[in-house]
Amino acid sequence: MSTVLILGAASDMAVAIAKKYAAEGNAIQLAARNIQRLQPLQSDIAIRYNTTCTVHEFDALNFNSHQAFFDQLPVKPDITICVFGYLGENETARASWVESEKIIHTNYTGAVSILNVVSNYYAAQQKGVIAGISSVAGERGRQSNYIYGSAKAGFTAYLSGLRNRMFHEKVHVVSVQPGFVYTRMTENLTLPPLLTANPEAVANTVYKAVAKKKNVVYVKWFWRWIMLIIKSIPEFMFKKLKM
Amino acid sequence: MKKEIANWGNYPVMESDEQQFSFDDQLQQMVKDTHHFIPRGNGRCYGDASLGGQTISTLKYDKILSFDVQNGVFECQSGLVLDKILEVIVPKGWFLPVTPGTKFITVGGAVGSDVHGKNHHVDGSFSNHIVEMDIVLADGRVLTCSPTQYPDLFEATCGGMGLTGMISRVKFRLKKIETSCIKQKQIKADNLEHIIQLFEEYKHYTYSVAWIDCLKKGKGFGRSILILGEHATINDLNDKQRKDPLQLPKKKQITFPFNLPSWVLNTFTVKAFNFLYYGKNFKKEINNVVGYEPFYYPLDAILHWNRGYGKKGFIQYQFVVPMNAKQGLIEILQRISDKGIGSFLAVLKVFGKQESLISFPEEGYTLALDIPVRKGLFEFLDELDQIVLKYGGRLYMSKDARMKPEVLEAGYPRLQEFKDIVKKYNPDGKIRSTQSDRLLLTTN
Repeated sequence: MSTVLILGAASDMAVAIAKKYAAEGNAIQLAARNIQRLQPLQSDIAIRYNTTCTVHEFDALNFNSHQAFFDQLPVKPDITICVFGYLGENETARASWVESEKIIHTNYTGAVSILNVVSNYYAAQQKGVIAGISSVAGERGRQSNYIYGSAKAGFTAYLSGLRNRMFHEKVHVVSVQPGFVYTRMTENLTLPPLLTANPEAVANTVYKAVAKKKNVVYVKWFWRWIMLIIKSIPEFMFKKLKM
Repeated sequence: MKKEIANWGNYPVMESDEQQFSFDDQLQQMVKDTHHFIPRGNGRCYGDASLGGQTISTLKYDKILSFDVQNGVFECQSGLVLDKILEVIVPKGWFLPVTPGTKFITVGGAVGSDVHGKNHHVDGSFSNHIVEMDIVLADGRVLTCSPTQYPDLFEATCGGMGLTGMISRVKFRLKKIETSCIKQKQIKADNLEHIIQLFEEYKHYTYSVAWIDCLKKGKGFGRSILILGEHATINDLNDKQRKDPLQLPKKKQITFPFNLPSWVLNTFTVKAFNFLYYGKNFKKEINNVVGYEPFYYPLDAILHWNRGYGKKGFIQYQFVVPMNAKQGLIEILQRISDKGIGSFLAVLKVFGKQESLISFPEEGYTLALDIPVRKGLFEFLDELDQIVLKYGGRLYMSKDARMKPEVLEAGYPRLQEFKDIVKKYNPDGKIRSTQSDRLLLTTN
């Protein structure tokens, strides 16, 4: 049995990941800004899967609190999964720095801040697993969501560098690249059903990738190839497209 | 998000703006901000009770809040589906106190329809087992109600089709079981007189229901199979079953992949089906021990069986007539058999005593029939309504898609009292459905 820390535990993807790990007999630590929102999930997981489940207050944007948050965890997690993210509105963000800042800090700065803390601890222990949920949006900037995409691009590069560093410390880092997923984040978007996964599929991918020590995984296999094609379009053509 | 929705009968189909939520604070805000809406669970009522231009779906609001394994008290959010509850409680030696014929309904729906099961004559309906529940009222306030706390709100919510507010949390008592199996007895009845006599003779059984061949004429009119059951004890099980007496059924489901063309169901095919179904029991009486799933939820094994009725959908017509009015039952069955309107599913059962404001059950016989939508059907059902009323009966709102407001009024003597309570907690008629507008429960 391992203890699994889920950062950003109130999202639909996080709920599915928490349930998957609990069903496999692991203890769960749920961390998010609003503890009250987590309480029903805590009782649900504890009762349904007969396991330990605790809740912890965590704010991705409050960088200064991250070290204290981790130090105060009663049990240190064996696996840390960074799920939080903020899609935001590209249109709004172009006009408003507040929105841009929120997108960048939630998806990138906040993630770097907390994972620095976790990875330093794991390095000292010479064990541990970190999984980060990034996005295929980070693989090439597109006019429709390049602020979110650039933050995720930063996060993807961070995870790759972290994996490289942590390999020498016996710690494994997994990057998860979901494509479209049906969640609260995307409920106002019209998504193509064939390309869209449900949160349970993401949870299964994360679980398997961690167990098998994969490096970079795509939730639906074809996203790897879709992104390969998108990345190989020459820039002089790409800029003319409306994507 | 705008989408086309329909309930289990696939009639009517309508466009609705559906909102979802996961947290208490979101729910309260949503209720406050939405002009008109109706709460919606898994859409397993048959008609238009959970349809409207705007709906708030509880399906993501499905967390277990507490489970007292010693005393069998369970508490959850209203969007939790019964199927998921069984997965948790059965292995611990508990069962739902009351369950309808499908396990794919939410707890909120069970309360809003005040569902009954095959054990109504012994255990009453779902509301009899509720300890307390929370309702989010039209103005966003949350009230905890029970038979003693805001009893008017409690009573009007049980069977009230969601019109008093959004049920958010339900705490209810479970039933102790020794095994997950049912000791089943099936008895063939030659005709209607015989089945009624059998119900009387076996009324001490906890679970009872009868399947009726409603097309058979003459001597065999009303021939049926009575299905009785008790929770099996350890001693009833064979050696293999005893190894894991509380085991859950294995998952296997067949899906009905598409809508059947509507001509497939006609008098001839239904007659053939009924002939085979009645004939499958060679013996007069069969006794065996079965898992709880085939006993309670025989149709759940085929997902989307409702598609068998074709694109136009079907109406489930369920009524109850008082114990001394079995003549009404005969009259209605006769009309159906004369008209040749067949139904695969014609289910008869006996209700026990129940005092209720707006809940469907009352002491008597209840019959449920599935009839595909076709020309002339609604006129025919209007005629049946008159027979039901003549004998002092009423119709089930959870199955209804077409009754007239006068029929509701005549069938539920405390209707005005119900309307007054709805008005008190939902003063502007903000919470309303296609059904409640049609039945003049919310039009203002």
